[in-house]
Amino acid sequence: MFSRFALIAGGTPAVPVNEMLELIKAPLVEFRDVSFSHAASTVPVISHLTFSVQQGETLVLLGESGCGKTTTLKLINRLLSPTSGEVKVEGKSITAWDPIRLRRRTGYVIQEGGLFPHFSVARNIGLVPALEGWEKEKIKSRVDELLAIVGLEPGEFASRYPGELSGGQRQRVGVARALAAEPPLLLLDEPFGALDPLTRASLQRQFVDLTRRLKKTAVFVTHDVREALLVGSHIGLMQKGKLLLLETPENFVKSKNEYALAYIETLDLAPGSSQPLEGSR
Amino acid sequence: MSFWHYLQQNWTELLQHLREHLWLVFISTLIAVAIGLPTGILLTRKKSLRGPILGIANVMQTIPSLALFGFLIPLPFIGGIGARTAIVALVLYSLLPIIRNTVTGILGVDPNVREAAVAMGMTGSQVLWQVELPLAMAVIITGVRVALVIAIGVTTIAAAVGAGGLGVFIFRGIRQFDNNLLLAGAVPAALLALTADFGLGLVEKYFSVTRKRKAVAGSGRRKITIGAVTAIIAAVVTGVYVGSRDSRDSRSHGFLPKPRVVVGSKDFTESAILGEIAAQMLEARGVIVERKFELGGNLPHEGLLASQIDIYPEYSGTAYTAILKHAPITDPRAVYDQVKQEYAEKFKIALSEPLGFDNTFAILVRGAEARRLKLKTISDAAPYVRNWRAGFGQDFMSRADGYPGFVKAYGLKFADQPREMDLSLTYIALSSGKVDLIAGNSTEGRIAALDLVQLEDDSHYFPPYEGVYLVRNDSLSRVPALNEVLGKLAHAISTEEMRQLNYEVDANKRGQAEVVREWLKRKGFMAP
Repeated sequence: MFSRFALIAGGTPAVPVNEMLELIKAPLVEFRDVSFSHAASTVPVISHLTFSVQQGETLVLLGESGCGKTTTLKLINRLLSPTSGEVKVEGKSITAWDPIRLRRRTGYVIQEGGLFPHFSVARNIGLVPALEGWEKEKIKSRVDELLAIVGLEPGEFASRYPGELSGGQRQRVGVARALAAEPPLLLLDEPFGALDPLTRASLQRQFVDLTRRLKKTAVFVTHDVREALLVGSHIGLMQKGKLLLLETPENFVKSKNEYALAYIETLDLAPGSSQPLEGSR
Repeated sequence: MSFWHYLQQNWTELLQHLREHLWLVFISTLIAVAIGLPTGILLTRKKSLRGPILGIANVMQTIPSLALFGFLIPLPFIGGIGARTAIVALVLYSLLPIIRNTVTGILGVDPNVREAAVAMGMTGSQVLWQVELPLAMAVIITGVRVALVIAIGVTTIAAAVGAGGLGVFIFRGIRQFDNNLLLAGAVPAALLALTADFGLGLVEKYFSVTRKRKAVAGSGRRKITIGAVTAIIAAVVTGVYVGSRDSRDSRSHGFLPKPRVVVGSKDFTESAILGEIAAQMLEARGVIVERKFELGGNLPHEGLLASQIDIYPEYSGTAYTAILKHAPITDPRAVYDQVKQEYAEKFKIALSEPLGFDNTFAILVRGAEARRLKLKTISDAAPYVRNWRAGFGQDFMSRADGYPGFVKAYGLKFADQPREMDLSLTYIALSSGKVDLIAGNSTEGRIAALDLVQLEDDSHYFPPYEGVYLVRNDSLSRVPALNEVLGKLAHAISTEEMRQLNYEVDANKRGQAEVVREWLKRKGFMAP
């Protein structure tokens, strides 16, 4: 169903070519020895994280609840500020960014989409463009375009409210909202966690398709190793606030790391795991 | 007379008081929202302020309304007599539900939604206006709804500080034992509260998010509902506005600026009749009169001191004991002279000649009881009171020439602590056997009608209570007609006449304005 829609998004960025090349060379997101602990506590939530995400990559942060993967994500769009170390986005330190500008250039998707229940689907999706002062007509055509991209019929869904949608539909709207102002970077926090397995599989596949076609860079948080293998170009395994390893999916499954092996074993135990995502339709 | 018949007859007055009522409620709720909403928002940002401020608002609401009114009267700027004081009190009462619901509503917004709003790149004020306030709106409206219903109720008490409203009927009804009057105030007030509650209930539903989930098809109807509510509110506000402008226009009508006098009265029939007598006589002499009648407790005195009232009827004994705080004495001349001198020195207030009647405390028992026990004087009754219950007005219980000295002078011991109640209710309580002895007024019109007997004050305990007017000196020099009117009224009203006037209003349920007009005509006082 998704493939019926042609690629129409991703307009030309208003940046000169040589600057573009610079941007491509520099990592889009870079962590240098970053630690974070809550004000009241001395126990660090994450400690000494160092990694980078290149243009067009999808980094999946994989780990159990409480391992610090969501905190890591929130450090990127400055919902949190590091206790020590430096976070850079587009080569620029996070503290040098105007947080409002930074967030509007960063798509953010959370579980259930975090949609505004009092906004219609169209207003939810058009939120950042509206904040950026786009013209009404332009917002409307962008909303219709995005609804089509995520596989929702604009005429049917634009005027609905989030409460009238299924979980999967809400999640699609959440992704569409994150893409609306054509941000170079997407942050996703267990976006498909609350969905039934079939809907989740379908959305995962569409997400991979989408990021490749739109050449988006993404940081994707999950505790599901199959999801990690499917959507990630790189997998960062986290435990107790530390990054244990950072590998491509191919190398991840071959890893000898004990913790990684424990995750990989769950794949073998699951029936039909050789083709986990085929035949979901 | 049936209630509906009564309403038809008093339609214009009902509308006027309804308008005053609506106006007070509308203005005070508007101010309360203007203060409460920002305060509530602030409290969601500053956690440390939440406890103290909600605490203060909470305490405000526990203060009995009459006490709050009393407390506000002497304050400069916000106090005084009339609508302003009432509005201040109403605002204080309305604040708590509005602040509390604003805080609850905003803090109740799903943290995921708020985080998403921040992560989308909304600024602080965008998060507030586009996300937090709309999502909290249903809860905030509930707060306004509660505040509005409270305000409609409390406004009935505002009549005690001369702010008008439907409470005027209620107070008058209680005083005159007139259920029609009471209902004429209570029923519209109750209907008003129900209507406001229902109307805002619809607004609340409109804002509630849960309804939006299922309401695609119903959105047309929703618009009609909200339209209707808006139209009703607009109509009421327009009506109130036009109404208040009308009454202002009618007051300023005329070619030459006429002198203006504010006539006050206390909150019982006799005082209101005396106020009305002065008012009509002044009006007949081309003075514009504003009536601030039916003021409770010490309010007329406070009002006179604060220049909010020019003249009001008082009793020499009351001024002597309750205001000048002298121990009661029984010589009328000495009391009058002392009061006149001290008022002139201390307050720059003049005392008129005595009006001719003495309204002293009348110790009353049921006629049947008096005849059976052959009671003529209070001393006659002293042996029996051991088995009697007494009922006294709040005034009598607290004043220097009241209860404590009275029981001491006659060596009385009642079966129980006396029941403290509204003075006007004590007559009914006595005649229906709820109590056995009361301290009424000697000019009370219904003493004979209810077959009550006044026991003679044989120990001469009660000081004289000659009726007089108190007038500000500056009002006397500003409005010469005041001198003329007071001159005519000197020694002009006998105790018999006063009792008759009271009886016409209290027992025969006639309007005091009409009763006074008749009496003035008979006396030939209307013509200058």
